[in-house]
Amino acid sequence: MIDLALAFMVLMGVSVLAYVVLDGYDLGVGMLMPAASEEEQSIMVASIGPFWDANETWLVLGIGILLAAFPLAHGVVLGALYLPVVAMLVGLMFRGVAFELRVKALGWHRQLWNWLFWAGSFLASFAQGFMLGRYVTGFESGFGYWLFSVLVGASLCGGYVLLGATWLILKTEGALQRKAIAWARWGLLWVALGVALVSLATPLASETVRSKWFDFPRTFGLMLLPAATLAAGYWLWWAATRVRGGGGGDWQPYAAAVTIFTLAFCGLAYSLYPYLVIDRLTIWDAATHPSGLKALMVGTALVLPFIAGYTVLSYRIFRGKASKKLYD
Amino acid sequence: MEDALFLARVQFGLNIGFHILFPTLTIALGWFLLGFRIAYQRTRDPLWLATYRLWLKVFALSFAMGVVSGVVMSFQFGTNWPRFMTTVGAIAGPLLSFEVLTAFFLEATFLGVMLFGMNRVPDWLHITATALVAVGTTVSAFWILALNSWMHTPAGHVLDGHQWIAADWWAVIFNPSFPYRLAHMLIASGLTASFVIAGLSAWRLLRSGLDRGARRTLRAGLLVAAGLIPVQILVGDLHGLNTLDHQPAKIAAMEALWYTERGAPLVLLAIPNAAERRNDYAIELPYGLSLILKHDRYARIQGLDAFAPDHPPVVPLFFAFRLMVGIGMLMLVVAWTGAWVTREQRVPAPWLLWGFSAFTFAGWVATLSGWIVTEVGRQPWLVTGVLRTSQAVGDISGAELGASLTGYVLTYATLFLAYMVVITHLAGEGAEPAAAKEKQ
Repeated sequence: MIDLALAFMVLMGVSVLAYVVLDGYDLGVGMLMPAASEEEQSIMVASIGPFWDANETWLVLGIGILLAAFPLAHGVVLGALYLPVVAMLVGLMFRGVAFELRVKALGWHRQLWNWLFWAGSFLASFAQGFMLGRYVTGFESGFGYWLFSVLVGASLCGGYVLLGATWLILKTEGALQRKAIAWARWGLLWVALGVALVSLATPLASETVRSKWFDFPRTFGLMLLPAATLAAGYWLWWAATRVRGGGGGDWQPYAAAVTIFTLAFCGLAYSLYPYLVIDRLTIWDAATHPSGLKALMVGTALVLPFIAGYTVLSYRIFRGKASKKLYD
Repeated sequence: MEDALFLARVQFGLNIGFHILFPTLTIALGWFLLGFRIAYQRTRDPLWLATYRLWLKVFALSFAMGVVSGVVMSFQFGTNWPRFMTTVGAIAGPLLSFEVLTAFFLEATFLGVMLFGMNRVPDWLHITATALVAVGTTVSAFWILALNSWMHTPAGHVLDGHQWIAADWWAVIFNPSFPYRLAHMLIASGLTASFVIAGLSAWRLLRSGLDRGARRTLRAGLLVAAGLIPVQILVGDLHGLNTLDHQPAKIAAMEALWYTERGAPLVLLAIPNAAERRNDYAIELPYGLSLILKHDRYARIQGLDAFAPDHPPVVPLFFAFRLMVGIGMLMLVVAWTGAWVTREQRVPAPWLLWGFSAFTFAGWVATLSGWIVTEVGRQPWLVTGVLRTSQAVGDISGAELGASLTGYVLTYATLFLAYMVVITHLAGEGAEPAAAKEKQ
């Protein structure tokens, strides 16, 4: 008998990770907009145009699984994060609609929607990181905990900027690509600082995480994660340098950024497992009735391969460098 | 607690009311787009392509509005009604997830191909993408209406401990009100989209009466509407009779029938007086209600006294129902007139064009009224006979709800204004200039 609660935990994790690395790049591109000229902005928007809708759907799937498979945790988590969730949603709404509207607007209207696209991307990214910070610390109140969440929020913004910049290295060429390489380096430094601070602060903020991290001799095995993250960071820097020198491999910086996110995500999953709400609800406490899980599993197993298939198809159709002309 | 319940309901109602506008439009607009795309494929007339692109822009913008407000919904199910998921989550959860899995990804991915892929993929794939988006919007309606109908007329469920689970998924999905509600809603979408197309095309013709693209789409919208309205009246009637069987309290509230009667009159207009449980200033048609509902003038109809105090509020149901029916009747007149005055390529007189423009969003008004009737009509239940709305509310504080409600209202007002400005602007520009540019 498969442990269905565990299976859905994994599936939800995959959805959230897919959301972070996919919508992360388009949120990052949104945050980078003010650093580019008007012509470059058009190319940047064109590079995410065919994808952003589907990227955001992974968030709906992740939240959908939380709601459907772990209804108890959905209530507790989203209840505790109510206001940052609203902030994130308002940000996502403005940027999603701004994306469509900026193309159709002219003059100062266009400037306004550009600004809203940037502000919405930033608000949504920061709110997501802030929520992660609150989540990891079990929604404790107190100045230190809030500061920690702000730190995670800022770090996630850096992470999304990194994803966005590396995405642009893949999808653009010439002057814009060189700019993107510079952005990616700044993003990488930002992320390195953020990850270092968050890693130092997390065991201080949470007893449970501390005991998981410093559980010898397992700790030595666990050291693989930071080591691999460092290696991925080096890979990213090296690959960006190579692209800059005309050495090709434009996909490598983005792949390295995805690797960094995946490793960080694994670390997070290891730290929290088996809790859905730290110290309060395990995945088995929060799981819905087995009959509901079974129905969900059948549906998911039938449909997910198709989703994977046409997602790949879409990325194949739109492979190559983005062009300025949006509706080509 | 009362305040939190009230605010939670206002907030959820506002969100879902705002959200439903856009799927209502896009479900059928997706099929219109497929029609335009196929017409272009067959004729190779650039005007069809321009028409497709114009309405694709309207579709994409409406779809984006639907997506962003839909993401909000996925959070609010849990935050505003946590006990809903912990009580009936084993049924509601899978249905909601099936919608995400079978529809959302399909729509979002292939909309990208529709918008940006025309020169990157072969024609057959572009047509397939257009078809898949239309299928996706419809499949999405299928699942969400299956869940909604189950909440009205639950079937196929059993209690296990403190949770309701599905004993028979077929019975859960194809619950008694589902076929009627699905048909009623899909036709409502068809009417909404055809009136939007006709109304915005009329708007274009008022600015440039020679626009051949707008003449075509005006005619297409009016003809589809003229064909659909009689079907909608029939389906609506059947849906009402189904409601009488399964939710008689809702019918009694819609018709403001306070007491059980034989030979009940049809109240055409009145001001229902909830405090004294009677109607003031009523204009009635004797025996009308018995005749309509039971096809027998002396039939006995259950009044609200049979259900008190567990019946929905009369005032909103009574007026929303009359608004829906009234607009529906006006839409019938407008669509049939329109079908006549646009025959043989004629361009209607300006006053008629103004009339069609005025009805652009009539479908939205009718749909929202209909949803108010059916959803408020389910009260005090969230799931009829299974879970009360007041039992499902969470412990979000009134202050948090108030603050977030303000945020949502401001956001929605801004987005809605921008949306209206842009689609009227797009339609005002028309498709033909774009087609002419393409030829050069």
